[in-house]
Amino acid sequence: MALLEVEDVLVRFGGVTAVNRASFTAESGRITGLIGPNGAGKTTCFNVITGLQKPTQGRVRYRDRDITRWPVHRRAGHGIGRTFQRLEAFGSLSVRDNVRVAREIHGGPLAWIRPAGRWGGRSLLEVEVLLDRVGISDYADERADSIPTGAARLLELARALACDPKLLLLDEPSSGLDETETDSFGALLSDLADEGAAILMVEHDMDLVMGVCDEIHVLDFGEIIASGAPADIRADSSVQRAYLGYSPDDADDAHGAASDHTSEMEAVIP
Amino acid sequence: MSSLFAFTLLGLFTGAAYAIMASGLVLTYATTRVFNLAHGAFGMVLAFTFWDFSQRQGLPTLLSLFLVLGVVAPAIGFFIQRVVTRGLGEGPVSVALVVTVGLLVLLIGAAQYIWPPEPRVLLPFYAETGWQLGDTYITAHQLITIVCSIVVALGLYLLLNRTRIGTAMRASVDNPELLRFFGGKPDTAAALAWAIGMSLAALAGILLTPVVGLDYYALTLLVINAYAAAMLGRLKSLPLTFVGAMGLGILESLAVAYLPTDGFWSTIRPVIPAIFLFVLVVAMPQTQLRIGQVKGIIAAPVPKLGKSLGAGGVLLAAAFVLIGIVSRSDVLLIGVAATYAMVMLSLVLLTGYGGHVSLAQFTFAGVGALAYAKLDQPNLLGLVLAAAIAAGVGALVALPVLRLTGLYLALSTLAFAVLMDKVIFQADFAFKFNGTLATERLSVFGIQIASDTAYVWFMVLAFVAMGLFLLWLRRGALGRILIATRDSPSGCGTLGLDLRWFRVGLFSLSAGMAGVAGALFAGLRGTVGAADFLYFQSLLVLLCAVIFGVTSVTGALFGGTALMLLRSAPPELAAVSFVVLGIGAVLLARDPNGIANYLFTLGRRVSGKLLPRWEEQLRERLDGLLKPGRPQPARSVDTAFDTAFDAGADTGADTGADRKITVPEGVS
Repeated sequence: MALLEVEDVLVRFGGVTAVNRASFTAESGRITGLIGPNGAGKTTCFNVITGLQKPTQGRVRYRDRDITRWPVHRRAGHGIGRTFQRLEAFGSLSVRDNVRVAREIHGGPLAWIRPAGRWGGRSLLEVEVLLDRVGISDYADERADSIPTGAARLLELARALACDPKLLLLDEPSSGLDETETDSFGALLSDLADEGAAILMVEHDMDLVMGVCDEIHVLDFGEIIASGAPADIRADSSVQRAYLGYSPDDADDAHGAASDHTSEMEAVIP
Repeated sequence: MSSLFAFTLLGLFTGAAYAIMASGLVLTYATTRVFNLAHGAFGMVLAFTFWDFSQRQGLPTLLSLFLVLGVVAPAIGFFIQRVVTRGLGEGPVSVALVVTVGLLVLLIGAAQYIWPPEPRVLLPFYAETGWQLGDTYITAHQLITIVCSIVVALGLYLLLNRTRIGTAMRASVDNPELLRFFGGKPDTAAALAWAIGMSLAALAGILLTPVVGLDYYALTLLVINAYAAAMLGRLKSLPLTFVGAMGLGILESLAVAYLPTDGFWSTIRPVIPAIFLFVLVVAMPQTQLRIGQVKGIIAAPVPKLGKSLGAGGVLLAAAFVLIGIVSRSDVLLIGVAATYAMVMLSLVLLTGYGGHVSLAQFTFAGVGALAYAKLDQPNLLGLVLAAAIAAGVGALVALPVLRLTGLYLALSTLAFAVLMDKVIFQADFAFKFNGTLATERLSVFGIQIASDTAYVWFMVLAFVAMGLFLLWLRRGALGRILIATRDSPSGCGTLGLDLRWFRVGLFSLSAGMAGVAGALFAGLRGTVGAADFLYFQSLLVLLCAVIFGVTSVTGALFGGTALMLLRSAPPELAAVSFVVLGIGAVLLARDPNGIANYLFTLGRRVSGKLLPRWEEQLRERLDGLLKPGRPQPARSVDTAFDTAFDAGADTGADTGADRKITVPEGVS
């Protein structure tokens, strides 16, 4: 049984169908990629899984329980963590306090009124360890609305990790990171998966997706058009069509044109 | 059955006037996302203007009507949109609310100043004309009202659906930036919406004046009727707003017809809009968390514990000296200031830290006072119980609204305040109509604080304790979570925070704090009545708190003192003081840190730049006097400026930034 099962989810905004009967899974210890062109419905899927958006139809199952009607905070309490594409860091708190407040929320109301002291000290140490792990210790004392986008995304990751998630949803986590940062970020994701977390990631950086994902689902116009290992996805003609508008398989015309297409496509899907 | 028909018909006429007022409210809100809480107040001022033109200056009725609806009202609307409310829709809801509350108070003050209280009559149109319809008599005024509402409905429909500017108005609801991008003019659309909205407020005000009277407050409160009607259409749909308005009109009419004419039920009538509103709010579906970050705001600095304790001590000492030297009546005024300041502290928690607006904070103080008087337990237990009851009532108010957003919460608190003011506080089980309850002063551990001086000093002590409690809260986990919920509700939700119950808890705690203030106030006075806790007081408290800084304890201290001074001014200056408060709120609401924060900045500048220079000069002079070569003792110069209650903490990041802990190298 997969940790997360999205079954037949349909989301309609007025006349627009954002997600059309999508079904996919994410498993513990594995990194699952969710890719697709802009507007394909990836973030809407995340909102459905975390409870920010009610699906018009379909179900979300998590650890063998139907959580479709659960409120946002209850899902979070059961180990679903996420980051946002449009950042949702707590702008007027320092970076350190962003992570600290996440731990405090996770600790529940009793932790809020407990005096600092020993518990507080240990909790603070854990916060420092988390900041160090995602690599933003340098920003710890700065206000979260004053740090670069890349760092803010890592902050959201640290914040989500502070709640010990079993399922981690990352919405375009690498945008704003440079190449070296992306590499160490990929290594961090692999570590997290090795520790047993299920990671579901929306990402446009194909190098990263193809490099770290164990499985990939491709969304286009709200529909899952392909699922499989990175190598299969790269070779899938419908995926190529979705990204490029055509597939080399369609190109029966001039041979030269087809090889042009292939090189062009490799630029997008390496 | 025929009387049922008759009363339903009568209800339709009032409903038609409500519909005109509500459609103006919806038009401005939907186009600019600013809920104009002063909508009724504008209607009031414009009805007075119409009276002035037609009665005092003797212009023909039609000309006066044309001047008010076609010239004065649109001009005011245009001016307000351009100068006051522009850009408010994109900011936090709390700022827009405070600005429009400021306008409301300003308009009431201005109206009282221009048209001092005296009996004025505004006759219905064609007062003698009417028709008998079965056993119902329909006046020309009623017919005109219903015709006007139909014309307004048709006109708005044509404007919004058949014209370019109307399309722009509908588009600017969703995204003014995008509209500008495609060559639309959101500013023109906004100005037009406000101009039309103002004319509709004026028309409704004029049509309703023969019903409710030419009264500053009654006409102003029509905003609650309009809001209740508009709620049916979720402040968006005009057709549903019309349905809501008609429903409300009929409900009121039937209440007059079928409710008993004496006893408790007879007092219900004026608050039917408020009850109608609560029923609608309870029936509304849950709003979902919205994604999209509100930019973090710069909050007033939080002082360290030592500094707060020191400042509290200084304040207590200063109060002790002051209470010793002023006259007895002034001692009581210090107690009043402490009451206001404590209620403002409850607003620091709710509004300053939490970002929610309450328009009923002084009503919660009233609940505390009522509970304290009724319990008749003048000791700490009675005080705690009174606070708990106020907190419970606060939770009851927040509960039905907890599924909705901040705007609905704030508007519902206004309805609640009016309900308490007009019905509950005046009921036989409470203060009674025009009545008062006697209260005894508090005893602490068996010793009664009987004398005025001791009691007032005790109130200052209570303020200091409450302030320290608040700052302790702010420094801790709860304080961080409060800031986090304000910055990103969805972020908090996805971290596992149940925002709905958190909000109820926050509201309840804040109401409890106000309840303590009310209970202490009851003891100070010896007798308290409904007149001490009018809903209007809550608006003044909110404005003063925001002007002086709703994010800091110092702001509450200054705000409380200022409000006491304003309220104890001679009655003929009351109108002017409203105008001053209103203008202050309109000017300063955009920065909730208020005047207090300027003082903090000033204090830091002085201690950061001037003091070292003075110290240097002083040292040079001393060096000249003393033997050369002898080392000078190091002196702390900052202490002189620690007296500001919570000035002086670090300017940079938030709490805890100073609590660094070092991680040993190699930890990963």
